[in-house]
Amino acid sequence: MPQTILDVQHLSKRYRDFWAVHDVSFRLQERETVGLLGPNGAGKTTTIQMLLGLLEPSEGQITVLGKSLAAHRSTVLGQMNFAATYASLPGNLSIQENLRFFAGLYSVPDRKARIDELLERFRLTAFRRKRTGTLSSGEQTRLSLAKAFLNKPQLLLLDEPTASLDPDTAAQMRQEILSQAEQFRTAILWTSHNMFEMEKMCQRIIFLSHGQILAEGSPEELVRKFKQPNLEETFIALARQKEL
Amino acid sequence: MQRVIAIFIRHIYLLRRSPHRMIGMLYWPTMELFLWGFLTLYLNRIGAAEFNFVTVLLSALIFWDFFNRSQQALSVSFLEDVWVRNVGNVLASPIRPVEYLFGLILVSIFQTIVSLSFIASLAYVFWQLNLFQFGFWLLPFFANLYITGWAMGIFATALILRLGPSTDVLAWSLPLLLQPLSAVFYPVTVLPGWLQTVAHWLPTTYIFEGMRAIIFSQEFIATDVVRAFLLNLVYISLAIFGFALSYRSVRRRGTLQRYSD
Repeated sequence: MPQTILDVQHLSKRYRDFWAVHDVSFRLQERETVGLLGPNGAGKTTTIQMLLGLLEPSEGQITVLGKSLAAHRSTVLGQMNFAATYASLPGNLSIQENLRFFAGLYSVPDRKARIDELLERFRLTAFRRKRTGTLSSGEQTRLSLAKAFLNKPQLLLLDEPTASLDPDTAAQMRQEILSQAEQFRTAILWTSHNMFEMEKMCQRIIFLSHGQILAEGSPEELVRKFKQPNLEETFIALARQKEL
Repeated sequence: MQRVIAIFIRHIYLLRRSPHRMIGMLYWPTMELFLWGFLTLYLNRIGAAEFNFVTVLLSALIFWDFFNRSQQALSVSFLEDVWVRNVGNVLASPIRPVEYLFGLILVSIFQTIVSLSFIASLAYVFWQLNLFQFGFWLLPFFANLYITGWAMGIFATALILRLGPSTDVLAWSLPLLLQPLSAVFYPVTVLPGWLQTVAHWLPTTYIFEGMRAIIFSQEFIATDVVRAFLLNLVYISLAIFGFALSYRSVRRRGTLQRYSD
């Protein structure tokens, strides 16, 4: 029986009388990739920020590998990692320095070998001494992904990880993410506005709107349930349905 | 411990990559040293004082710079993360807030040692001021200056975290609040009575009075060390508590995001 990696129960975040996220519950099993979909302002980033411990939930529980994030923050965060478009790595350090710095923060064992391996896998070896701030956005994304796999995470949070990549590089990076995740039995929570990517990568989709789960299921199930030709049309239908 | 060292190593990378960061560590104190050095030579020439201005004023300047550096190194290292939008990356890692603060304290120790060694050498070469002539008696005072600097640095960091990146000027301006009251360049008895009362609540007052006693009369006043240390314990505890409150507040209000976007 697959192990539960992430268990989110009745998660809510309220700012005065506005619920950014309201009573959200879901689980992720090992090796499972789940897409978190929703229009802008649906609560995806708020949910991810709470999962990363950067935002304190108003209500609810987050448990990773049986341990509460609130009670065992450091241990839990050591088993996770993330890459997000809004969290670029320090531009005044080189690629190699950034990876060494984060390897230290995540207490990565045998860090030189691990960094060399990731530089190779994410095609960054040639410019390992280049300052991060001078990299193209695609190279910076690859560096963020390399950093996200440094500690061989059990749970990986990816917030639009391929948004700035060309289709060819994006396909290669998706393949690399899958390969690393398979190797370490990583569960992935993935947000994206690229419906092709979501259909291809995710076994299950959670559709958020106005801070609540509106629908959940495999991409095929959702398309069938809402009688749409594909996931993109399903997304549009769901987003508009809630607006009405 | 690895996480504490990671914060320190990141700072060394920054120094290696951008030597202009040495300006804060070496350039400002050097300019101040020369300015005050020439002023003290002038005072020695025109005054008929019974003591040597060079020893009194330059020593005080070097001690003040030590305090200033220990505070600023801590606060500005935090600002380095703010300026490159890295606070979210760091705080979403397994590092505990207290480990982060210890990492910043390591940076502070490193910077103060470099800065002190440099300007103490210059003071020796140009004004024949040898700080080491006072032996080990100054060490307890330097240790206390460290703690006061860290308390001030953590307090400034807590305020910047709570109030937002645009308040980064606090990292440089807070220590100036203490300078007139801390008896850095003159005895505390010079202050009006009510300000003396305020001054006696500051650890720096006992530190600078105690240091001056060593320089003037080679007298080590143990009670000054103890009083400064006890006050330091209170202030550093309050500063850490303040940092914890700020950290909790930004996580509750969702304002950590402004350090990442």
